[in-house]
Amino acid sequence: MKITLTVNGEEFPLDVEPRRILADVLREDCGLTGTHLGCEHGVCGACTVLVDGEAVRACLMLAVQCDGGSVRTVEGLTGSDGEPSALQRAFSTEHALQCGFCTPGFLMVAAGALEADSTLADHPERVDHIVGSNICRCTGYEPIRRAIMRAAQEQQQATT
Amino acid sequence: MKPAAFDYVVPRTVPEAVDALGNGGRKAQVLAGGQSLLLEMHLERIRPDLVVDINRIPELDDMQITDNALRVGALIRHHVFESEQAVPGPLGSLFSLAVVNIAHPPIRSRGTMVGSFGWGHPASEWCAIAMALDADIRLQGPEGARTVAARDYFHGPLKTARRPGELITSVRYPLLAERTGVGFIEHRRTHFCFAQVAVAAVLIVHDGVISEARIGLVNCADRPLRAHAAEQALTGVGIGPPTDGYRLPEDHPFTRAGRIAAEQDAAPLAEPYADLEYRRHAIAVVAARTLCQAANDHRSRVGRTKGDSQ
Repeated sequence: MKITLTVNGEEFPLDVEPRRILADVLREDCGLTGTHLGCEHGVCGACTVLVDGEAVRACLMLAVQCDGGSVRTVEGLTGSDGEPSALQRAFSTEHALQCGFCTPGFLMVAAGALEADSTLADHPERVDHIVGSNICRCTGYEPIRRAIMRAAQEQQQATT
Repeated sequence: MKPAAFDYVVPRTVPEAVDALGNGGRKAQVLAGGQSLLLEMHLERIRPDLVVDINRIPELDDMQITDNALRVGALIRHHVFESEQAVPGPLGSLFSLAVVNIAHPPIRSRGTMVGSFGWGHPASEWCAIAMALDADIRLQGPEGARTVAARDYFHGPLKTARRPGELITSVRYPLLAERTGVGFIEHRRTHFCFAQVAVAAVLIVHDGVISEARIGLVNCADRPLRAHAAEQALTGVGIGPPTDGYRLPEDHPFTRAGRIAAEQDAAPLAEPYADLEYRRHAIAVVAARTLCQAANDHRSRVGRTKGDSQ
């Protein structure tokens, strides 16, 4: 089936079988291997990407469902100069990653929440829900929570 | 594993979707949110010949209030109900208390409320609320539309009254009157587990006396349940002074109702880490706590309306 995906602003005309999940198509057909696949059951969240601005599990969505849609992956977070985004810098500052396998998923679920909710810094319980969405086996979650809070506070300061 | 091969169609209207589903009696599946379906397809426990993706049918992406009832279309996602204001009155509060127990934000942004009725899992929060509130389910099939009451809809684990070829277009809930107290509490082993038990409670109270109670039980049997016996035991009973629901006295009416729910209404199934005795105990405790929460909710609603009039 012929579909068109706009991934990180770039248009990809693709020919994919309906059975193929979005995560596999991003990795294999678009060559964007930043999106990781962990459990493929929708539990671990490593494959989280933004589809039309909303964080979704790329293992629980068919690529054909996204026909004509816009997808953002972890590769789309950096600026045009290749510099890390504020969120990525916050992850680095707070040591919010060790092995890094889960990091693309955490970055994308956090990026989606930061874009949707400018008051995130005032609602630590919402950050808890975001951190609780994905699995990390290294950090114990607390540094990830701090990193998302830091990015949310920086975003809020920048806009006020 | 990856999903096995299937045909895929994207209808633009409900009649097109029903036509596609009825097409030649093939093993067809409706894809709305897909958060349970795609998992089952990964595991190849479900191997459809045809997937009918209803996500591009605009008329299903609709929520309306008519005749004091809320109609939720088949494409309304779980996350809509995170805001208490999405639905007016105490029903909105009940939904917002329940929805945060459904998986996590990235699942709630795709999964749909109506999809829970298509799946019919005994641990579904929405299905137990539908049982408690006498919701009804609207189905569209090759022979036309029909409506099935929630009490006649659930036949067992993942078994429902929906016939092959039928599409659930919406679910309708009655709105709750202004001072109705609502509660929802869920107990589970970890963040990533289904409910071991959850209870939805709705109390209609006049002058401190319960005139009607409605209790929905999640994962307390092979299907979503309504706790009729516990409800009857609460009718005409005073809600008493406020309490947080922890370590309630044995003779407290909510403790008694919880025990009745666990012993007479529930039919729990044993699991390796939760035998029957434990499950019944958990049901009784969670039900009593949820009733306390609903009673407290009623008190705060009464307080707020008094405050408004001053």
